[in-house]
Amino acid sequence: MEKITNPEQLSEWKEEILSRRPQYKKTIVVSSGTCGQASGSLPVIDALDEELEKRRLKDTVGVEITGCHGFCELEPNIIIYPEEIFYGKLEPKDIPEIVERTVFGDEVLDSYTYKEPQTGKKSAFQKDIPFYGKQMRLLTGNNFRIDPRSIEDYVRLDGYQALTKVLFDKTSEEVILEIENSGLRGRGGGGFPTGRKWAICRKAKSDEKYVICNADEGDPGAYMDRSLLEGNPHSVIEGMIIGAYAIGATEGYIYVRMEYPLAVKHLMIALEKATQYGFLGKSIMGSEFHFNIHLVEGAGAFVSGEETSLMASIEGKRAFPRQRPPFPAQKGLWGKPTNINNVETWANVPLIINRGADWYSKVGTKKSKGTKIFSLVGKINNTGLVEVPMGITLREIIYDIGGGIKDNKKFKAVQTGGPSGGCIPVEKLDLPIDYDTLAKAGSIMGSGGMIVMDEDTCMVDVARYFLNFTQEESCGKCVPCRIGTKQMVNILTRITEGGGEEGDIKRLKDLSKTIKTGSLCGLGQTAPNPVLTTLRYFRKEYETHIREKSCPALVCKALISYYIEPDKCVGCLLCLKSCPVDAISGERKKVHVIDQDLCIKCGACFDVCPPKVTAVSKYTGKKRKSILKKDSLKRAKR
Amino acid sequence: MEKYLKEFATEQKELIHILHKTQAEYGYISPEVITAISKHLKISESEIYGVLTFYKAFSLEPRGEHIVTVCMGTACHVRGGPQVAEEMERKLNIKVGQTTADNKFTLETVNCLGCCAIGPVVVVDGKYYSQITVKKIDGILKDYKE
Repeated sequence: MEKITNPEQLSEWKEEILSRRPQYKKTIVVSSGTCGQASGSLPVIDALDEELEKRRLKDTVGVEITGCHGFCELEPNIIIYPEEIFYGKLEPKDIPEIVERTVFGDEVLDSYTYKEPQTGKKSAFQKDIPFYGKQMRLLTGNNFRIDPRSIEDYVRLDGYQALTKVLFDKTSEEVILEIENSGLRGRGGGGFPTGRKWAICRKAKSDEKYVICNADEGDPGAYMDRSLLEGNPHSVIEGMIIGAYAIGATEGYIYVRMEYPLAVKHLMIALEKATQYGFLGKSIMGSEFHFNIHLVEGAGAFVSGEETSLMASIEGKRAFPRQRPPFPAQKGLWGKPTNINNVETWANVPLIINRGADWYSKVGTKKSKGTKIFSLVGKINNTGLVEVPMGITLREIIYDIGGGIKDNKKFKAVQTGGPSGGCIPVEKLDLPIDYDTLAKAGSIMGSGGMIVMDEDTCMVDVARYFLNFTQEESCGKCVPCRIGTKQMVNILTRITEGGGEEGDIKRLKDLSKTIKTGSLCGLGQTAPNPVLTTLRYFRKEYETHIREKSCPALVCKALISYYIEPDKCVGCLLCLKSCPVDAISGERKKVHVIDQDLCIKCGACFDVCPPKVTAVSKYTGKKRKSILKKDSLKRAKR
Repeated sequence: MEKYLKEFATEQKELIHILHKTQAEYGYISPEVITAISKHLKISESEIYGVLTFYKAFSLEPRGEHIVTVCMGTACHVRGGPQVAEEMERKLNIKVGQTTADNKFTLETVNCLGCCAIGPVVVVDGKYYSQITVKKIDGILKDYKE
């Protein structure tokens, strides 16, 4: 196929791809995004190839390598079509049996099927797995069916049809109206109506305009953009071309963070193919519209996810934010009107054009339309990416989709919105989530990270973690952010180390207020949020740290001690061998003892003590004091 | 060096791209390179220095043969990432950001690699290791010590 120069050619090409597609009896789809590859998907693929070759099944059984399927906990996983049998956590050695018995023998093998952690119920077919049941995979659904390196796969599934519609049947104004009517709001966290943003940029007068895709997904704990870029890069590119047409832009930039090498690789391939087939470049698909996209790699600065910083970074400068207004839509990249949207927002665009604003606006709540991809991580059974309609409750996400808390522990809080967001406690589990309800609860939607925390998580430690993060990532331009966050970290560190003072909570609150009002960009304006929400919902935990020098979750190192219970220890030497500083003494079958002066509280002994024994305990507060006292008395006697 | 820079345009927007390539090629950005880039892009050396020290990706000193990166993302944090980093420091006998005396290893941390489901994550020279505990560290380092 050569360059597409008219809409009919695209339809013909699609037909040709479909007719050329081999009709396999079975197809095995392997999830192979970054998580998949890190968990060993590549050796599994090799084993599949080898086994099928050996059994001369290559003509009847196909292997397709796709991006992430979302169920990261069970990587590497495969789906066997047409039955849609789902097998997870595979190793190369499992492949011969699977090929022999499932692919060849049509037998479902219990040992590889998904088992619900709470009920123990097994589900062999993908559609029966609760993790997928409540999801609405409008954007991520095609990740199962597309080899991200193949433009043919995208075209086969109606790829670039939305672009055709726009270029040949719609004016720019009609496109903007469609997006406005859909109710789509920015998925990067701000939630600004996308259509309105486009309209402002459209109206700005200039000989040059730019569109940017913000793929600097810096929030720790959020990785939906990575999954979209790795698994379906053309959907983002198509969205950008449509946006550029609507706004009247001739150049586009995708700014992707360097920590995502696979996303960069797949994007480069996709951009090259899109150009080769005439979806980018001069006279796109034979129309009078010209547009190019450049790929820019970030260099490891969190602040460059902020829109004005990101533009400075593209220009080859330090990623400093600047005052708004003027907004990027008026004065952006190199001073020209610029429209910047997040990866997930762009990926929604072809979907809206293809299925219409009416259809799209029926999904979600009154003010937040469509679906949102969340990354469900932390102390949860089913970690992974979940795409759900706006308005679903936290309980449904955490318990129905996420399968509840790991190791049957108690739920404590869920952190949304990354370092700009906050912690939502158990009382708010039935909150239907959209942009506005989360803001009301003191957190934000953010980019969609959802970190689940159980009873073993210390909220003061979490607050300190986030403040430490923003303090390190603060670019230093605004004094309240640069120095204020540092002071907040100092206070929080002091509290977690047992030096908390009366008045510290007030100090934290005062500093928060100053930082929020005195900072130029989103980083500073939202930096105190993790502290403010934990203070709002978990104030008692702060007070216990300050007044009783005690960490109820047994996390803060300076406030806890490890202790081997003499009546439980069986003298197995495991902890003794695992101690990195040789602080444990003892002999086989004799009670082991930790030298509290040498102990660095790394927790290695706690982790290795067998579940049946659990002789290593952690103590804090009064109990810790009495144990330490007993311990020193004993040693004095000796 | 002049020859190497010829393939890049002479606009400032090329700066970060050039620094990336140089870092990948030489392992660090030397003073000579800064001078050469300054001439090529016609921007001051101090500006280049400002940019390269702003971003974490670039180093002014040579780094070790193997780069060990421990993820410090939130999900890794609640699953024990800090303990992994501390144990790495003990095992390599250096602090985060330093290089071992024999130039074998440089230890770094990263804010989030986006593989939150399989944390704590450690990356050595681009190879990902998932669900790392303090116990697994010796096994990982062994592969690179020879």
